[in-house]
Amino acid sequence: MPHDHHDHDHPHTLLPPDPALRVKALETLLERKGLLDPAALDEIIETYANKIGPQNGAAVVARAWADEDFHRALLTDATAAVSEMGFYGRQGEHMVAVENTDDTHNVVVCTLCSCYPWPLLGIPPGWYKSDAYRARVVREPRKVLAEFGLTLPEGKKVRVWDSTAEIRYLVVPQRPAGSEGLSQEDLAKLVTRESMIGTGLAKEQGA
Amino acid sequence: MSRVHDMGGRFGDGPIPIAGTDEPVFETEWHARALAVTLAAGALGKWNIDISRHARECLSPKDYCRFTYYEKWMGGLADLLVDGGVVTREELAGAAPQPAPKELQERKLSASRVATVLAAGGPANRDGAAPKFAIGDKVRTRRIARNVMLDGGHTRLPAYAAGVEGEIILSHGCHVLPDAAAHRLGEQPEPLYTVVFDAGDLWGEPERAGDEVTCDLWQSYLEPVT
Repeated sequence: MPHDHHDHDHPHTLLPPDPALRVKALETLLERKGLLDPAALDEIIETYANKIGPQNGAAVVARAWADEDFHRALLTDATAAVSEMGFYGRQGEHMVAVENTDDTHNVVVCTLCSCYPWPLLGIPPGWYKSDAYRARVVREPRKVLAEFGLTLPEGKKVRVWDSTAEIRYLVVPQRPAGSEGLSQEDLAKLVTRESMIGTGLAKEQGA
Repeated sequence: MSRVHDMGGRFGDGPIPIAGTDEPVFETEWHARALAVTLAAGALGKWNIDISRHARECLSPKDYCRFTYYEKWMGGLADLLVDGGVVTREELAGAAPQPAPKELQERKLSASRVATVLAAGGPANRDGAAPKFAIGDKVRTRRIARNVMLDGGHTRLPAYAAGVEGEIILSHGCHVLPDAAAHRLGEQPEPLYTVVFDAGDLWGEPERAGDEVTCDLWQSYLEPVT
């Protein structure tokens, strides 16, 4: 059987060791070869720093709480439902929404790398990409959740979704008590990034 | 056998590095540049997402463990650029760069195309065979988590879920098979499923009986349990 040729030499060792200089070296090299437009980099950074982030997912969850038809559509075909709100794109081509209930709490991870629903949640936080989270949350989700300040009742099942393919998962947290009558805009303020990954719950009104 | 990236279930990592809820999207300027350079270079079309994942997985275990997240991306990208013939080793080492061929330069991602490219994404679903398994079917995963086409190749069956019995809970139609696509062996689309495992079957001693873990797995990773 052939072996993987990647194993035998690693060109990256030719770059400067300092990471900031490494990035700069690659950027400059590609630009000088006519393959990279620095303005495009600025545009990509602007997109993920300011335009695409957890506020998108929060709008989806708030709408699902407030609108029964949308709720059903989201759980049936999340890709179609969120696309209709304008949230489709790279790293969100195949979405599945998983709903927390009184019986089950859902948590999302990517043990093999750092797969994450970019169009809904933006770029993943550092902890999501950490070795500790990737290694531990599948084996001891309750200890991991406790580190986030979340202790689940023993009677509630935990289901950890390991994103090993191109399916991206959005956790729909339970709607907090006392949120009746709030507008979708105010409901969205209760939906934290962590609550849509499953390492937190939605906030209580006024909390 | 597995590589260093396949760490699900591993012991010894310590607490989760939770920085708080208001951490910036990019911790430093070079993190942002690293992400952007990677996406812009990807738009040249010299590799697919599976090839780029595999490049990061092929970093030596020593480098993989000591590199921060975006350093892994940079390491993978440098290797991909040389592998794909986009840059030479000499250029990486600091030699004066030669202009890239015109047809490659024409694929350069311009600022005006960024929004369109990011919004278009890269769907992995394809037409293909009808699924062999139905929701509710019991299956067993391949007993060794490995790429059966290429020793040491890319696969998406985590080692912790190898040789374990589970149940199909979602069926996603056919998706590009990463085991093939990562090695330029074509897309070979196959039915993709979400399989749920009982924590006790994965870990022996589960943290709590009845908890579950799911993985998204291709049909060729699975055999029926009768």
